[in-house]
Amino acid sequence: MKIDLKSYKREVSAAIAFAAMLLVVGIFSPSFFSAANLSDLLINNAPILLIATGMTLVILLREIDISVGSLFAVTTVLAGVLAKSGLPVPFLFLAVPLIGLAMGALNGVLIGWFRLPSIIVTLAMLVAWRDGLRWTTEGAWVQNLPTNFQWFGLGQTVGQILIVAVSVTIFLVFAWVMRNLNLGRAVYAVGSDSEAARLAGLEPKRITMLVFAIMGALTGLAALLNAVRFNEIPANAGIGLELKAIAAVVVGGVAITGGRGTLVGTLIGVALLGTIGTALTFLGINPFWEKAIQGLIILAALVSDVILRQWGESPNADKR
Amino acid sequence: MKILLQATNLRKSYAGVKALRDASFELAAGEVHALIGENGAGKSTFIKIMTGAIDADSGILEIDGRAISENSPTLAKSLGVAAIYQQPTLFPELSVAENIAFGGERKGMFGRVDWNKRRETARQLLDQIGARIDVDADAGSLSMPQQQLVEIARALGANARILILDEPTASLSEEDTNNLFGVIRTLKNRGVGMIYISHRLEELPVIADRVTVLRDGQTIGTEPMADVDKQRLISLMVGRELSQVYPKKETKPGEVVLELKNLGYRKAGIKNINLTVRAGEIVGIAGLVGAGRTEFARAIFGLDTADEGEVFLHGKSIKNTHPQDAIRHKIAYLPEDRRKHGVILEMPISSNITLASLKILSGKLGMNFKRERELAAEYSNRLGVKTQSIHSSVATLSGGNQQKVALSRWLITKPSVLILDEPTQGIDVGAKSEIHALMNELAADGVAILMISSELPEVLGMSDRIAVMHGGTVVSVIDRAEATQEQILSIALGHSPDESKTKLIADED
Repeated sequence: MKIDLKSYKREVSAAIAFAAMLLVVGIFSPSFFSAANLSDLLINNAPILLIATGMTLVILLREIDISVGSLFAVTTVLAGVLAKSGLPVPFLFLAVPLIGLAMGALNGVLIGWFRLPSIIVTLAMLVAWRDGLRWTTEGAWVQNLPTNFQWFGLGQTVGQILIVAVSVTIFLVFAWVMRNLNLGRAVYAVGSDSEAARLAGLEPKRITMLVFAIMGALTGLAALLNAVRFNEIPANAGIGLELKAIAAVVVGGVAITGGRGTLVGTLIGVALLGTIGTALTFLGINPFWEKAIQGLIILAALVSDVILRQWGESPNADKR
Repeated sequence: MKILLQATNLRKSYAGVKALRDASFELAAGEVHALIGENGAGKSTFIKIMTGAIDADSGILEIDGRAISENSPTLAKSLGVAAIYQQPTLFPELSVAENIAFGGERKGMFGRVDWNKRRETARQLLDQIGARIDVDADAGSLSMPQQQLVEIARALGANARILILDEPTASLSEEDTNNLFGVIRTLKNRGVGMIYISHRLEELPVIADRVTVLRDGQTIGTEPMADVDKQRLISLMVGRELSQVYPKKETKPGEVVLELKNLGYRKAGIKNINLTVRAGEIVGIAGLVGAGRTEFARAIFGLDTADEGEVFLHGKSIKNTHPQDAIRHKIAYLPEDRRKHGVILEMPISSNITLASLKILSGKLGMNFKRERELAAEYSNRLGVKTQSIHSSVATLSGGNQQKVALSRWLITKPSVLILDEPTQGIDVGAKSEIHALMNELAADGVAILMISSELPEVLGMSDRIAVMHGGTVVSVIDRAEATQEQILSIALGHSPDESKTKLIADED
């Protein structure tokens, strides 16, 4: 099928920014492209890619989920606890995402079924899960994990490959689903105009519940993949993760007003925001600038979105 | 008498559709001047121009003898124009005094609010119109007629001298109406000019001095109220130009497809609806805005769940609690406001066309894009959607083409019942007759069609039978051959059907 670049201009502009960054780093500090550095970057960003994938669906639906950081913390601690209780590692792959799914589904029911605003529901969950966890663990890290927990007992290299492979596979599956299944089409339709979607026979309530449940499951999986990298699990993991994910989605060209954007854009957004800090270090710029520059990139993405929308969208745009 | 407002030859178009073509109006001090017309005659547009919400494309608007070239809400307010709508527009959480203060008050130093003065002013203004209302009460806690009085007091506080009353009595009891008329007379004596819009023709002789009739955006005539009777007004209101020939084809109606027995949903204000639609038949639904036409369609389609009566499809009782149920039963609904709900503007034409039939597109390996392209191309060709590519977003299309996309979506589902809610509202003449031709085609194929329309010539031109709604129910069903515009409008206005000309639905079968 012919790909019309014009309809992917948001993704293209994010890709250009990413390419420009790689070019600058490549010229001034080619060691950025060393195998060790690249593999570090991949491992670090794989869990974020999973969460950003879920967040893309949520934002396409014209909702938001700011509770993912807290969900991440709860599920990562539970992953450790379950591992210590002797649950075999393969079962963790099932159990932890399922716990995340249940937590996400709770958001989904409140938002989809009871029509509560997602920003408030997930704000409440952000606080509730985080403080519930703090109260339960009293801040203690999960230690003395079984030896077969770290890297799933597969050794560092294989473990790393597994983490990246799982993340990328899940990402590809969702990229395919969003394009090829009715669910994907429905998410775009509901996010563009929920009432119009309902009139066409879609079920916005169910779709909303499903998407938040998916968001939870992906967060649980990300938490598990992140936990196995270390030999102990912090009780304060995932702080600020929701902002990282939302930023990556927005930078990748997904409209915060829902209905427009793609997972390919999110991938570029994760890549750009996930590497900019390291790139700055390689360029010898004070890493304190990292956040400020990330903020600038987000702002640039939003401004370019507005400009792109006004420029060359439709001859009838003014008649809306 | 002093002329407060003079509008001459106002014109206004929206995206090529003429809302006002040649509207003229005059209002004298101390006069109640009624403005009447059918749905879509241009009354709302006219009010919006008066209040500065929009500007006319051409024509002259003079207020106090001063020509207004660019009106704005602020300018209109400073010139003493105020509008009171059927639904009060007060801030429900604020007190009566605060609401009245929004009309305009002088503030103390640094904009400090003098609460005692604010209450006192509110009390005085309410006294002037003889309203006994607690100025400290929350506006939201008041009854509707009380809120209306607060709005009038607010307008007086802003020194309004031109008051537009838009169907102020539509939801008032007789007592409240008489009360309001008392207030109107008080204002009259103080020299306030009032533009009085109402569908209740029988109350006009009681309160109005003159009456102006709008039709198709044009002023048809202005008469002293004493010189005209109800019949004369109705005949002035109807007779909209038959700007096009309706290509109605006679079909032999087949068996009964849809039958409604005592259908009702009190929450949405509809009740006791009885109607049958046969295969190949077009039944027009006429009625004024607020008669419950859209609510009726929503209840059939499962958007609202009717809690009274029954719906029979091909003789079998069905219950639609969600649009999906209706779609499964081969019922399709083209909603009223296509831009809001009929199409999804950002999505491509192709996905809009297939949105209600995604199931037939799913193959073993996900969505069958080839089939989607074929279907979208087939239907956009059949309906003549004018576009360069079916992959363009619907936002790039004109209104008529957007409507064709919305219709295509439902034709793919091969409906046996098709409900069309204002199918040609606000679209150009060419697209309009294409849609009419398509309706004939569908009827010939045996589709049972329900068409809601505010345009009487369209209802008369396209329907086999016409169901007239008033007060949330179908009051009368008239055969095409026997129907006239006067008769339909008269029934829609709530006058009892002329038994000699109409068949009551009760003895239809």
